[in-house]
Amino acid sequence: MRRKILSAALGAALALSAGPAAAEPVEIQFWHAMGGRLGEVVNELTDKFNASQSEYQLVSTYKGGYEDTMTAGIAAFRGGEQPHIIQIFDAGAATIINAPGAVYPVEDLLRDQGVAFDIEDYISGVRYFYADSDGRMIGMPFNSSTPLLYYNKDALAEAGVEPPATWEEFQEIAPKLKEAGYVALSQSHSPWIFSENFHSRHNLQLATQNNGFDSTDVEIRYNNEAMIAHWSAVKDWLDAGYYGHYGRDWGANQDAFVQEKTAMWLGSSGSFGGLQKSAQFEFGATYLPHWKAVADEPYGTFIGGAALFAMSGHEDEEYKGAAAFFEFLTDPEVQYFWHRETGYVPITEAAYETAKADGYYESTPDAEVGILQLKQPAGEWTRGYRLGFYVQIREVMYKYYDQMLSGEITVEEGFEKIEAEANQLLDRFHDTYAG
Amino acid sequence: MKRAQFGHSPIPYLFVGPQLAIIVVFFLWPAGQAVYQSFLLQDAFGLSTRFVWFRNYEDTILNTVWLESAGFTLLFSALVSFFSIAVALLLAVRANEVIHAANAYKTLLIWAYAVAPPVAGLIGGLMFNPFIGDLYHLFNAAGWDFNHTRDGFDASFMVILIAVWKQVSINFIFFLAGLQGIPASVQEAARLDCRSDERRFWTITFPLLAPTSFFLLVINVTYAFFETFGIIDVTTRGGPGGATNTLVYKVYTDGFLGADLGGSSAQSVILLLMVLGLTVLQFRFIERKVHY
Repeated sequence: MRRKILSAALGAALALSAGPAAAEPVEIQFWHAMGGRLGEVVNELTDKFNASQSEYQLVSTYKGGYEDTMTAGIAAFRGGEQPHIIQIFDAGAATIINAPGAVYPVEDLLRDQGVAFDIEDYISGVRYFYADSDGRMIGMPFNSSTPLLYYNKDALAEAGVEPPATWEEFQEIAPKLKEAGYVALSQSHSPWIFSENFHSRHNLQLATQNNGFDSTDVEIRYNNEAMIAHWSAVKDWLDAGYYGHYGRDWGANQDAFVQEKTAMWLGSSGSFGGLQKSAQFEFGATYLPHWKAVADEPYGTFIGGAALFAMSGHEDEEYKGAAAFFEFLTDPEVQYFWHRETGYVPITEAAYETAKADGYYESTPDAEVGILQLKQPAGEWTRGYRLGFYVQIREVMYKYYDQMLSGEITVEEGFEKIEAEANQLLDRFHDTYAG
Repeated sequence: MKRAQFGHSPIPYLFVGPQLAIIVVFFLWPAGQAVYQSFLLQDAFGLSTRFVWFRNYEDTILNTVWLESAGFTLLFSALVSFFSIAVALLLAVRANEVIHAANAYKTLLIWAYAVAPPVAGLIGGLMFNPFIGDLYHLFNAAGWDFNHTRDGFDASFMVILIAVWKQVSINFIFFLAGLQGIPASVQEAARLDCRSDERRFWTITFPLLAPTSFFLLVINVTYAFFETFGIIDVTTRGGPGGATNTLVYKVYTDGFLGADLGGSSAQSVILLLMVLGLTVLQFRFIERKVHY
């Protein structure tokens, strides 16, 4: 009898102590690659999410650059310590998506947890970039940007020219800018701007197998007439003093524009805030030019940046929290906050409408250019690409673009080498992931 | 004839035990993992694995990027080792002769040793910055059309210069200690026999410094192969056009950035064998000429 009373008392005590424990929020780990000001905004987002509900506690951890974050995620996964949500950049997407069972596709996660999901809610240029070949969203676009042309208004006025919409127009105004004492153009990311987006802008096929979405058994198509013509033109511009090549470093090419050595610069829609702080002159932003000879009207560009992936191997309770965070992130007000504070584009139509209704683009019209460019007509080849070992392929491109521009090899030789070496890497990737 | 044997006591094994454990856990086990991984094709997350024998080695050795990188690494290591040792030797001999304010000179020459390679790279990168770099402007003003962001030769020159600068001070410490270890009586005797400073250096001082020089050669080759990674990473990242891509930097870009574990493991095993081979060669052919 005494024992019964004792156990009942114990049970009651346990129930009491279990009471507060049950209310303890479930911890959701989120690893990201957003440093500096961007990191602060991520922390603000985290606080907003945690304040908005009491069931989950989101813990955001900065893991270094994109590559560091991916490597940290890989190491953690191998050790069984992976976070619930991880930010993976565009060139690393194939690595995580093709690893069998490393991620819980975001679309499935949201549906399983009863969160309404319609891929049509997302802006057309954003929607399929991190999707599989059936159009199922695997990673949720998080920080998305797109290449834009920035121009120094004073320099262009001095030369009496307008910002170019096509490369043909660029060729006409470049000599006038040179006369005014400027190198006409520099750009900061030749694989992203002058290769990947070059194909999307002109609706050109970039790789076999539906740009790599359908299979890892894929071959790259960079060695094509339009690319060779474009890079031959770039080399001519360089020799004529219309194009500045300040190495592969993003910052060095941007600095050339900031220090008024170049009159125009191709950067990211996300560069806007940084330029506002550093440039001592009035500048504007406009669309990435295209060759009229290749495509009469331009097509929408790809996004750059990174997406959020839910990693596999966690409890259902925790996935509920991850889904709640994804739902929170797609809220128009949250997206608008993110867009305004970072310069990244909003990912949903509703968020774009919210920003418009708030009059944001009337006060800062340049902030809209990136979204309008992403909303330009889609074509067969504008949804994105999925290529393995793409980080190494970009290295190959950097290498031979440098050699093409220094005149060590011809443009034709350069693309033959890029094609051969990229295809070797793609073979290796295929044998590693599907073999 | 039978070798004399003493009774063994287990106590010595207890003393070396911790050291052996450290070697096994921190060196042999990871190295073994790298060798094992180099025979596999495995996705980054370790979810699918295939044993492929020497496929990764074939892909490495037949790859033009790797071959160019290997060529650059050998040249780079030879130049960095030679100049680091030669400049340090010259400075040590000179500093050893100074009478006034000798300690101030020595301290200033040793200082740079405290600088970590990435920091050395950062400082060097700033001095060669096309917009604000003093050395960049100096070279261009002197009539050399210097541009390390475009020209492979200029970029190689820059990373070699930074790597040598960083390494000279440690070599300097060893040479200075070596010089001070040469007995004064030997030097005085030599001075009586020969008046030429230069000849006395090559016939007396240099041979007596040979053990130090040999030790530094081994250390400097290893430095040039592995530790210059930090300098390359913050200055050129292997560019332009792959001109400064050392083998260890390629292991990093393929493995750490590119998530190709099998390929980068095979590359590091080959790199390990290369350095091992070089060290064996040094001991076989150069050490014979060293008198202790």
